[in-house]
Amino acid sequence: MKALRSRASLTAALAASALLALSACGGGDIEESGGGDKKCDTTVNMAINPWVGYEASAHVVGNVIEQELGCKVDYKDLKEEVAWQGFAKGTVDVIIEDWGHPALEEKYIQGDKSATDAGPNGNVGQIGWFVPPWMAEKYPDITDYKNLNKYADLFKTSESGGKGQLLDGDPSYVTNDEALVKNLKLDFKVVYAGSEAALITGFRQAEKNKKPMIGYFYEPQWFLSEVPLVKVNLPPYEEGCDSDPEKVACDYAKTDLKKIVATKFAESGSPAYDVVKNFTWTNDDQNIVAKYIAEDKMDADEAAKKWIADNPDKVEAWLK
Amino acid sequence: MSTATAIPPESKEQAPPPAPEQQSYRGRAVAIVLAVFVVLSFPFRDVATLPLARSDLTGFQEWLGELSDKLESAQSSSAILQGLDKVSNALENIAVFLQELLSQPAFPRPVPEIGWLGVLAVAVWIAFAIAGWRMAVLTGVSFALFGMLGYWADSMDTLIVTFMAVAICLIIGIPIGIWMGRSKRATTVITPILDGLQTLPSFVYLLPITLFFSIGVAAAVIVTLIYALPPVIRISAHGIRTVSAETIEAMESLGTSRSQMLRKVQLPMAKRTIIVGVNQTIMAALSMATIAAFVDGPGLGQPVIKALESLDVGRAATAGLCIVIMAIMLDRVTTAASVRSEAIPSEHGRRNRWIALGVSGVATIACIIASRQYLDLANFPEDPDLGTPFSKMADSVSGFFTDNAATTTNAIKDALTYGLLNPLQTLLAESPWWLVSFVLLALSLLFGGVRSLLTSIVCIGVILGVGLWQDAMITLTMTLVATILTMILALVFGVWMAQSRAVDLIVRPTLDAAQVVPPFVYLVPALALFEATRFTAIIAAVVYAAPVAIKLVCDAIREVSPTVVEAAQSAGSSRWQLITKVQLPMARKGIALATNQGMLYVFAMVVIGGLVGAGALGYLVVAGFSQTELFGKGLAAGIAIVALAIMLDRMAQGTSARQATAKRRFFSRPTGS
Repeated sequence: MKALRSRASLTAALAASALLALSACGGGDIEESGGGDKKCDTTVNMAINPWVGYEASAHVVGNVIEQELGCKVDYKDLKEEVAWQGFAKGTVDVIIEDWGHPALEEKYIQGDKSATDAGPNGNVGQIGWFVPPWMAEKYPDITDYKNLNKYADLFKTSESGGKGQLLDGDPSYVTNDEALVKNLKLDFKVVYAGSEAALITGFRQAEKNKKPMIGYFYEPQWFLSEVPLVKVNLPPYEEGCDSDPEKVACDYAKTDLKKIVATKFAESGSPAYDVVKNFTWTNDDQNIVAKYIAEDKMDADEAAKKWIADNPDKVEAWLK
Repeated sequence: MSTATAIPPESKEQAPPPAPEQQSYRGRAVAIVLAVFVVLSFPFRDVATLPLARSDLTGFQEWLGELSDKLESAQSSSAILQGLDKVSNALENIAVFLQELLSQPAFPRPVPEIGWLGVLAVAVWIAFAIAGWRMAVLTGVSFALFGMLGYWADSMDTLIVTFMAVAICLIIGIPIGIWMGRSKRATTVITPILDGLQTLPSFVYLLPITLFFSIGVAAAVIVTLIYALPPVIRISAHGIRTVSAETIEAMESLGTSRSQMLRKVQLPMAKRTIIVGVNQTIMAALSMATIAAFVDGPGLGQPVIKALESLDVGRAATAGLCIVIMAIMLDRVTTAASVRSEAIPSEHGRRNRWIALGVSGVATIACIIASRQYLDLANFPEDPDLGTPFSKMADSVSGFFTDNAATTTNAIKDALTYGLLNPLQTLLAESPWWLVSFVLLALSLLFGGVRSLLTSIVCIGVILGVGLWQDAMITLTMTLVATILTMILALVFGVWMAQSRAVDLIVRPTLDAAQVVPPFVYLVPALALFEATRFTAIIAAVVYAAPVAIKLVCDAIREVSPTVVEAAQSAGSSRWQLITKVQLPMARKGIALATNQGMLYVFAMVVIGGLVGAGALGYLVVAGFSQTELFGKGLAAGIAIVALAIMLDRMAQGTSARQATAKRRFFSRPTGS
C-alpha cells in the first residue's frame, strides 16, 4: 500500500485506504475453494522456454503432477539462460526439454552443482537445412548438398549479395552454418533472420507462393505438421566431426533432448521429481500436443489434458 | 539523449542563427566531404572494413562475458548483492499483495480480494477525482474493454507492475531531477548516464538483472524502472530550470533562502512540467510490458510473446490492443489531471465537487462490497466477448494483406533495397574504417561544432574498441535509411495534419496506437509482407518512429505565426507556395527536432529489427541474450548501439534542434528493446 500512497494525490490515497479497510474487514464472503486431498504440498516451479514443443511437454508433465500427485505447479516463462540461473536461486525446479548447452552445464552441473541431469525425455532433436516440400518435389536432387550450387541462383535475395541465401538464425540455437558453407564450398551466404517466427513465416510463405527458400530448421517442431519441410542431406555426422567449429563439414548431430532439474528438487524426495525423472515420450507425441496448441489454438493446459486422457497407459508408466 | 524526453538541452549562450552565406559555406563543405568519401570509396572497396565472423569473439568481448560470471560468483559473498536480494523480496511482497487485492486469487478465496466491479469503480472514482467526469467515463470504458477482450487479470497485472515502477521512479527521479535543475555540475555528470540508460537495449541488461533480482515481478519492476527513470529526471530538471530568471532574482532580492526558493517558488511553478514528467514516465514504463515478459514478469506481455511462438497474430493483436487502450487512457487521464492542477475553481464549484466526490465515493464502496459478495461481480463475465471476434478480425485482415499485397510489397522492398540500402551499405560498411571515421568526424564538426566533434571521437573510439566496426556500419546504414523514410512520412502527414483539424482528429489516435502497440504484434505480418530482411527491420522502425516525427512536424508548422500566414495569403500565395516558401522554412527548427527524435526512435528499434532480419548489432544483442557463449558479444553490441546513437544525436542537435522551444509532447519516448 505504501507504493500506492507515495505516488497518488490525496484523493487517491483516501480511496486506497478505503480499499484497504474494506479488504481487511471483509474476508471470505465468496465461498472458499476446497483444499482437495493432497499427497504433495510442495510447489514445483516449471520453466517454460519459449517454443511450443517445450510448452507441450511442460504442461503434460505439469498436469500429471497436479492431477495425480496434487502438487501445485507454477509455470514460469523464461529463456533458457535465465531458467538455468534460477536453479541456484530456487526459482526454477524443472527444465523439461534441454537441447544441450555445454557452457551452462559446465557452470551449473559441474560448477556450482545447482543443476542435475535427469536423463533424456525421449524426444530427439535434429537440426539441419530444410527446403519447402514443393521444391523437393520439383527438384528431387536438391536434397543432396552436392547439388546445392546448381540451384544457388534460385535462392538469391536482396540480402544475399549475389549468392544464394541460406536463412539462419533462431538466435537461441548454435549454428555452424557459416563454417559449413565455407568448408563445403557452397556459393551461399548465411543471412540471419533473427527469430523462430521469422523462419516459420519465411517457410510458410515460400510453400504457399512456391518461392525458393532454404533455411536452418529443426525437429520436433509444430510447424512441420503444417508444412512438412524436407531435410537436405549434408555429409553424415560422425563422432567428433564437429569438434573444431572452424572446420566443420558434416551434418548436425542428433541430440537426445533431456530434462534438467534443480539439485535441491532432485534431493527433496518429492514424488513430483519421480514423475519428471520417469517422463519420456516420442517426437510424435509431442507434435500432437504442439499441434493442439499452435494450430488448433487450444490452451496449453487443455491440450495437455486431452493428450493425457487419450494416452493413459503412457502416463501410467511415469507414475511408477 | 537529452532530446529523447522532448526537452532540448538548455543553451542560454546560444549563438544567433547563422547568416545565409555561412549556411551556404557549410553546405558546400558538407558536399565536398561527401564527394571525397564517394570517390575514395572506390579504390579502397573492401579494405580495412574490420569484419568479425558471427561466432568469433574479440578478447574484450570475452572479458565482458567473464565479467558477468565473476559478478555471479561474487553474489554469495558480497553484502551489496545480498542487499539487492532484500530489495527483490520487498518488491515481490508488495506485488503479491497488490495482485491478491486486484488480479490473482487471494488464497483461500478463489478470486482476488476486490472483484472486477470494485476495481472498475475505484478506477473510475480516482479518474473523476483527479481529472473530471469525462476522464472517468474514459476510464470506465477502458477497464470494461480489458475484461471484454478477455485479458482482465493480465491487464491488472500490467497496471500493477507499471505503477510500482512509476512510483519508485518518482521517489528517486524527482529529487535527482531537482538537484540537476539547480546544479550545472550535476547536469554534466548525470546527462551521459541518462543517455546510456535510454539507449542501451534492455535485452543487454535483462540477464544480469535476473541474476540479482531473481525472476518474476521484481525483475520486471526493475527492468521497467531502469527504462522509465530518465524521463522523469530530465523533465523535472527542465521544469525547475525554466522558472524564469527574473522571478528568481526578484525573490533573491527579497532575501529568500535557497530552500525557501525551492519550496515556495521553483517547485510550485514547475508543478505542471513535473506532471508532464509523470505522464512520460508512465508511457515509458508501459512500453516495457512485453520486454518484462521475458523474465516472467506478469501481465499483457506474456500473451503477446506466447502468441508469437505459434504465430497467432489474432491473439497477439488482442493483447496488444489492451496495451494500446491502457496507454491512451493513462495518457489522457494524466494530461487532464495536469491541466486541472492549474485551474482555480470557484468556491461554489469546489463545494459541488466535494459533494459529487462524496456521493460517488459511497457508490464506489458499495461496488467494492458487492464485488466481494458475488462471484459474477468478482470474475469478469465471459459475455460479452469482444476478444474472439477481434482476434478473428485481426487474423483475417493480416491474412488478406499477406495473400494479396505480398507481390507489391516485395517489389517496394526490392526497389528500396537495391536502389538505396545496398549502395549506402556498400559505401559505409565496405569502405575502410579510417575513411568512414574521417567523414563522420568532418560531418560532426560541420554540423555540431567542436563539442560534437569531441563526442564523435569518443564514440568512434568506443565502436572500434568493442570490435564491431563493420556490424555498426551496417546498423548505421539501416538507421539512416529508416530516418529518411520517417522524415518523408513526417513531412507529408505533418503538413497535411497542420492544414486541417479534421485530418488531425482522425490521424492522431492512429499515431498514438502505432507508437504504443508492442512491435511483437506486427512482426509476423511484416515478415510475411517483406520477408526476413533488413527492409522489414526498417519498416518496423518507421512504424514506431514516424508518429513522433509527424506530431512534431505538425506542431512546428502550427506554430508559424498566423499573421505571417495571413500576410502571405493576402499577397496571393497559392497553397503550395504557402507551404513550401513560408511554413516549412519557418518551421525549420521544429523539423530538425523531429528528425532528431525520429532518429532516436529508430535506434530504439534496432534490437527488434534484429528479430526480423536486420542482422548486425541488433541480431548480436538478441543472440547474446540467448546464448551464454555470446553474452559478452551481445553486451559489446549494446554498447556500440549507445555510441552510434549518442554520436548521431549530438550531430543532429548541433544543427538547430537545441533552439527549438521545449514543449509537451505525448508519447515521445522510444520503446526499449
